[in-house]
Amino acid sequence: MPALPRLTHLDRLEAESIHILREVFAACERPVLLYSIGKDSSVLLHLAARACHPGRLPLPLLHVDTGWKFREMIAFRDATARQLGLELIVHRNEAGLRAGVSPFTHGSAAYTDIMKTQALREALDAHGFDAAIGGARRDEERSRAKERIFSLRSAQHRWDPRRQRPELWNLYNTRHGPGESLRVFPLSNWTELDVWQYIARERIDVVPLYFAAERPVVERDGQLIMVDDGRLPLAPGERPVLRRVRFRTLGCYPLTAAMPSEAASVADIVRELEGVRVSERQGRLIDHDGAASMERKKREGYF
Amino acid sequence: MAAAGADLLRFITCGSVDDGKSTLIGRLLYESHVLPADQLAALDADSRRRGQPAGTPDFSLLVDGLAAEREQSITIDVAYRHFATARRRFIVADTPGHEQYTRNMVTGATTADAAVLLVDAHEGLLAQTQRHARLVSLLGIRHVLVAINKMDRVGWSRATFERLADAFRDFACPLGFADIACVPLSALYGDNVTAASTNSPWYAGPTLLGWLETIDVDSDRVGKPLRLPVQWVNRPDARFRGFAGTLESGAVRRGDTLVALPSGAQSRVARIVAPGGDLEAAVAGQAVTLTLETGIDVGRGDLLAHVTDPPAVADQLEATIIWMHEAPMLPGRAYFARIGTRTVTGTITALKHRIDVATHGELAARTLELNDIGVCTLAFDQPVAFDSYADNRATGALVLIDRLTNDTVGAGTVRFALRRAQNVHWQSLDVDKAQRAAQKAQRPRVLWFTGLSGAGKSTIANLVEKKLHAAGRHTYLLDGDNVRHGLNRDLGFRDADRVENIRRVAEVARLMTDAGLIVLVSFISPFRSERRMARELFAAGEFLEIHVDTTLEAAESRDAKGLYAKARRGELANFTGIDSPYEPPGHPELRIDTATTTPEEAADLVIACLERAGR
Repeated sequence: MPALPRLTHLDRLEAESIHILREVFAACERPVLLYSIGKDSSVLLHLAARACHPGRLPLPLLHVDTGWKFREMIAFRDATARQLGLELIVHRNEAGLRAGVSPFTHGSAAYTDIMKTQALREALDAHGFDAAIGGARRDEERSRAKERIFSLRSAQHRWDPRRQRPELWNLYNTRHGPGESLRVFPLSNWTELDVWQYIARERIDVVPLYFAAERPVVERDGQLIMVDDGRLPLAPGERPVLRRVRFRTLGCYPLTAAMPSEAASVADIVRELEGVRVSERQGRLIDHDGAASMERKKREGYF
Repeated sequence: MAAAGADLLRFITCGSVDDGKSTLIGRLLYESHVLPADQLAALDADSRRRGQPAGTPDFSLLVDGLAAEREQSITIDVAYRHFATARRRFIVADTPGHEQYTRNMVTGATTADAAVLLVDAHEGLLAQTQRHARLVSLLGIRHVLVAINKMDRVGWSRATFERLADAFRDFACPLGFADIACVPLSALYGDNVTAASTNSPWYAGPTLLGWLETIDVDSDRVGKPLRLPVQWVNRPDARFRGFAGTLESGAVRRGDTLVALPSGAQSRVARIVAPGGDLEAAVAGQAVTLTLETGIDVGRGDLLAHVTDPPAVADQLEATIIWMHEAPMLPGRAYFARIGTRTVTGTITALKHRIDVATHGELAARTLELNDIGVCTLAFDQPVAFDSYADNRATGALVLIDRLTNDTVGAGTVRFALRRAQNVHWQSLDVDKAQRAAQKAQRPRVLWFTGLSGAGKSTIANLVEKKLHAAGRHTYLLDGDNVRHGLNRDLGFRDADRVENIRRVAEVARLMTDAGLIVLVSFISPFRSERRMARELFAAGEFLEIHVDTTLEAAESRDAKGLYAKARRGELANFTGIDSPYEPPGHPELRIDTATTTPEEAADLVIACLERAGR
């Protein structure tokens, strides 16, 4: 008889995530996977494919496109969808686009609300999705430490901390009333390091922006902002310089800071993480819009 | 930082803010170097704002979550924290300690394999610690560390530590823990948290972290009988039919003979399908996909086990229920019950007693309130496969869900299966319902009149029965007041009694429809849940709900029995409409507005409704 396998922490995290995904496949009528193109989305997609192996993914992907994502992200998104033969829905807030809403004209808080939060609500309503799977993790931010794995949202997509259900054992309560929906977070218990260790183990493709390279950046308030195209307004005398940088997190390029780094491979990143002590969301400018800002955004329907 | 080959431990911390719990967790995160620089800077800023001197951070601030909690300086939910050492990845369920948060502690304990109980060395062993230990034991955690904290405040007294440790071990003897460690420590100064302290040269045991890194919680799960609840049937095309689920215990190998329960169908494992190629074997904790050699009927909710070691199958069981909702548990009310991957309708048939967690005593009780724990019997609408919780934490657990709001309202741990239903078989009779009804040349029906006291239910029902009787129909009128003089003499007017009142009347009405009768039921029946439960006892179209709709003012002004006046004077408690709620029906078959309809007209409307439903 062959020896029985011994499970590592990555095996257990993987199994838990697959269990959560299969609950959604079995119990929700019209689920969707929110694909944000970042490393967590890549892991989530990999896990979803494992959960339904040898079948095809039983749900579509949704990307909320603000129009300000890095060009390499969009290229990676389209290549991934094509290679895996996925059903990809891209949603933009057309009214916001017509009004010319950008981080520069409306400020990062209003821009995020209109182009991300409102756009997501629009897309979920338009397609009648009753469950949206996302890659958020509890270790990312303080207010996420108490988020449920199956998080109930009202018909208005509001998150009411007082209506969140206790989650007992792995007996998830997936029931919801008409119009209500679930946000589901299969990566709740993963940390950033777990994600990279898993990417290394499974050889998962990620956007090249995660790896150090010479990129044109400007320095603003101590943050390195990459000049990804000609739309970034430059101050008089401000000039992009080439720096060797990488990104720990990916979002809208004017709101996502790069870090100086030499880590050019997944193994380098894992080593770097073991040494570096800056939390990954520090590069996200929208988190610093005021105390408890993530909690407020979540109540309003931000993922 | 966890190496890629490290394993995973989930544990819960129990204690209150005063015991230094948040400080201890903050300290663990701090000392295992997982705190990033920006969080540390925020900690320093927060600490200074709270009046801490520079350089002495308040670690408890690290683990506070929501804004509301930070303002009140208390933790009111379960927060999950993550840290790692070279040997292990840890997931900490951080839960509040006070009695009003039993729900949160229970939630955190359900996924934990070990518990850290905090004791304030200065305060001694309090009732709260004993309560925590009992809850931890009830939820099946077998590895416990007692962190005897604030040793600096008792001068690192060895005698104090040993007295507390001995007292805990004596108390915990009947609780069935496999492993109890007592560690003297100071969360504030970091002694014996991650490194052995020079303040306690007399202590030779492990540090807190040392214990967490080395306890073995895994081996017994793999050694138990195979339990694989089927989560999802994966059918990408006509050729492939895979049964997907997580192995909760035991191991499975290709070629094993499995039984699917509750059906009892058997087959052999053809393949253990995995993306990297088929597996020969899989163990507890793995999420797998199996195919079987023969096409037996298996679906979500079935439990796969080895034929040699199957779980219990029954439609009744006894369980310990922990109530988690503001609305109390009512015996007789139907809830959804989730066991493994199966969701069924279940009713609490009896609440045997409530458990006083402080003393472990048994208290008489008629309902369970939020945070109460009681021993109950449950009956399901179909057989379910399960184990006792003591044998298997995964297949012996259940969750109760409210059928209207979908809220998770209770958690249960199975004590044992009840065989009563299996020994009382249905007697099949030669004359059946259809024949009895045919003899009377009518379709059996239930006309269920609901509405406030004084709305005119009995008056209308009485008129309807007279008219039906005159037309040669076979009827019976069950009236709330009359039934309460006999069959339901033992019931009062509290919510729990109202639920049982309706359950009995609905069952009597069912027997009467079985006899072929048209049954008129005239009961206030104020709760939606029970009217729905009653409706579900009958065949589709057989149950006609009639809402005799009147305003409270109109009913009160009529007040033929003088009951409203009494209730208003406070002489009659739990009176519907006054101090007990009435939940109007959403979609009754007929609504009668008593402001615009005379009783005679109302009776004709009811008979028209009955005719529409078919003779």
